[in-house]
Amino acid sequence: MTSSHAPLVKRLLLLVAGAFAFAFALVPLYNVLCEATGFNGKTAGQGTAKSGVIRDGFGIGGLTVGAAVATPAPSQIDRSRTVAVEFTGTVMPGLPWEMRPLTVSLDTHPGEMQQVRYLVRNTSSRPVTAQAIPSVTPGQAAQHFDKIECFCFSQQSLAPGESKEMPLTFIVKPDIDKDIRHITLSYAFFSIDGQREALTAKPEAKQ
Amino acid sequence: MSVATTTVPGHAGEHHGEHHPAGILRWLTTTNHKDIGTMYLTFALTMFFVGGAMILAVRAELWQPGLQLMKPEFFNQLIGIHALVMIFAALMPAATGFANWQIPLMIGAPDMALPRVNNWGFWLLPPAAILLTLPFTLALFGIGDGALATGWTFYAPLSVQGGLGVDFAIFAVHILGVSSILGSINIIVTIFNMRAPGMTMMKLPLFAWGWLITAFLLIATIPVLAGAVTMLLTDRHFGTHFFDAAGGGDPILFQHLFWFFGHPEVYILLLPVWGLMPHVLATFSRKPIYGYKAQVYGFIGIGVLSVIVWAHHFFTVGMPVPALIYFMFSTMAISLPLAVLFFCWIATMWKGAMSFETPMLFATGFIVLFGIAGLTGLVLADVAADAQYHHSYFVVAHFHYALFAGGIMGVMTGVYYWLPKWTGHMYDEKLGKWHFWLTVVSFNLTFIPQFFLGLAGMPRRIPDYALQFTEFNMISTVAAFILGLSQLLFAYNIWKCVKGGPKASDKVWEGAEGLEWQLPSPPPYHSWETQPVVK
Repeated sequence: MTSSHAPLVKRLLLLVAGAFAFAFALVPLYNVLCEATGFNGKTAGQGTAKSGVIRDGFGIGGLTVGAAVATPAPSQIDRSRTVAVEFTGTVMPGLPWEMRPLTVSLDTHPGEMQQVRYLVRNTSSRPVTAQAIPSVTPGQAAQHFDKIECFCFSQQSLAPGESKEMPLTFIVKPDIDKDIRHITLSYAFFSIDGQREALTAKPEAKQ
Repeated sequence: MSVATTTVPGHAGEHHGEHHPAGILRWLTTTNHKDIGTMYLTFALTMFFVGGAMILAVRAELWQPGLQLMKPEFFNQLIGIHALVMIFAALMPAATGFANWQIPLMIGAPDMALPRVNNWGFWLLPPAAILLTLPFTLALFGIGDGALATGWTFYAPLSVQGGLGVDFAIFAVHILGVSSILGSINIIVTIFNMRAPGMTMMKLPLFAWGWLITAFLLIATIPVLAGAVTMLLTDRHFGTHFFDAAGGGDPILFQHLFWFFGHPEVYILLLPVWGLMPHVLATFSRKPIYGYKAQVYGFIGIGVLSVIVWAHHFFTVGMPVPALIYFMFSTMAISLPLAVLFFCWIATMWKGAMSFETPMLFATGFIVLFGIAGLTGLVLADVAADAQYHHSYFVVAHFHYALFAGGIMGVMTGVYYWLPKWTGHMYDEKLGKWHFWLTVVSFNLTFIPQFFLGLAGMPRRIPDYALQFTEFNMISTVAAFILGLSQLLFAYNIWKCVKGGPKASDKVWEGAEGLEWQLPSPPPYHSWETQPVVK
């Protein structure tokens, strides 16, 4: 009896294996989609320094995204409009740091290069390494927000009690949608060493 | 084939007598579809009460504002485990129990195609249920910090950071998933390979059709859930960064993976019930099923649409406008095949000689209440409106109309409809009617206030609330306790029916049609050894 069912069972098992593989295939697919569309506020220039991945002119459905690294040309400055950029930052649980932007917000013309700084301090008595992850809201603005220089391009280390002003140089590209007049750039600082272990092992309130 | 009654020599004893080990060994080793169906249904009923008790504790806490009975951490654990238990350990096993009992009887097959796999499929469930609930007990002894406290959706990064309970839940989901996949493969193979001669796919009973679509959805989506929780596990313990922004991952990716499974899951729970409804409605309307083909295509249409609409569960996460619009319209498109089903159900009853025995009461109650689920679902599918309703009690009320009225009441319909066939006894009609009216009234009293609470802005999954929500929460809590206690009538009625009662005829119901009603009540341990011929 069973042998006559074997071919169908095998095909169904293949389907199961395919669906399982599909779940993992969705991870790179999702990243490609995010980079192409700015979905989820993944900013241009973010992946560049970290992983060295540059997707030059990646196109999807007629929508082509240029190279992630753009060269600023002063002639491109669009003085006819201004975009307000706000800066915020969060330190994730498990990282004994403080951070705040030294410039809370500024008005910029698209195409104009701007530099701001964040003040970051290690409040613990040990050296700590952390990584900042940027996010841009609204998501549509993300791919037009180019960071030229950023402390988020590499991991940052602070000695015990050390304070550091961390710079960020950026351009809001002139091709940004005219309806976007307000952009928020947010950083989340994550501890690199043992952050999750510390959280998982921490005894929570007992019932 | 139609008249041959000879059996294979040498197998006579094994096939004809009811020779099986006695006691617990019979149930551990059984490969009989009826035994396994009974075990699935018993397990589902047990876990239904476990999950119900959890949510009654939650409702007791929500009786008034402030924290009275439990800490927020424990509250969080209760709501998440309630959902996982009800979905994976009550509703899905109940539907699989129906499939085991009924599909072979309805399609004229002697048993399921893969009986040993069937046994495995069931016996994976109890360990998974223990894994889900064990962390509660462990926490009492100071081990770990209790069960999964993230809600049933496991959203990262909370689930990446959570305690031991998350790991238990991940493994429970793995095991439950394997069990569902084994069950689904078995059902598909049975339906494809073991139909009675002459039963073409377009003569297949609608219940089997509904289950066939469910089985394919399970095979396509459960592995994606398994993949997602596997990534979660490696993120938690093996240093990967699928959902960890610090390492270049993205927590939003988890929501996509989860709901790629999670939305079809809704239809996985509902399709077996939709398949069962036409049989019940036709039986008690004493008319043939209206629009058989339309319903089959409706099932297929909904099955296909269900895998391309997932992101409507998190419209507020921050998506590009074109994506929002796509997911809004594709979600709303599901209402079209669903409307076809509603139309067919009502047309089946239209001008019928209807009588309202308990199964018919539950079926008509199902149509009305599930209709409310559908309409409130359309409201939630609207991107602009969803910004207000998202994560409010409106959503809670909506999906309980879908999964309690649409799912659990559908299962109750099936239990009352088929129980006389399975046991050979009639259940207590008076008790059944009491059970129906108590259930339907207290259900509405529980969840209608929750629509209002949601519209007024009460967020879900929070143990405390603002003072002005008190009255509606009190109504909801009282009604929830009535709803919970009325289910004891259901359990008692089943128990009474299994133990004895008036003898049920072979056909049981005057208007019943289909192969299963040609067998005696209860059917012999081995039925359809000679397959019937369908003309």
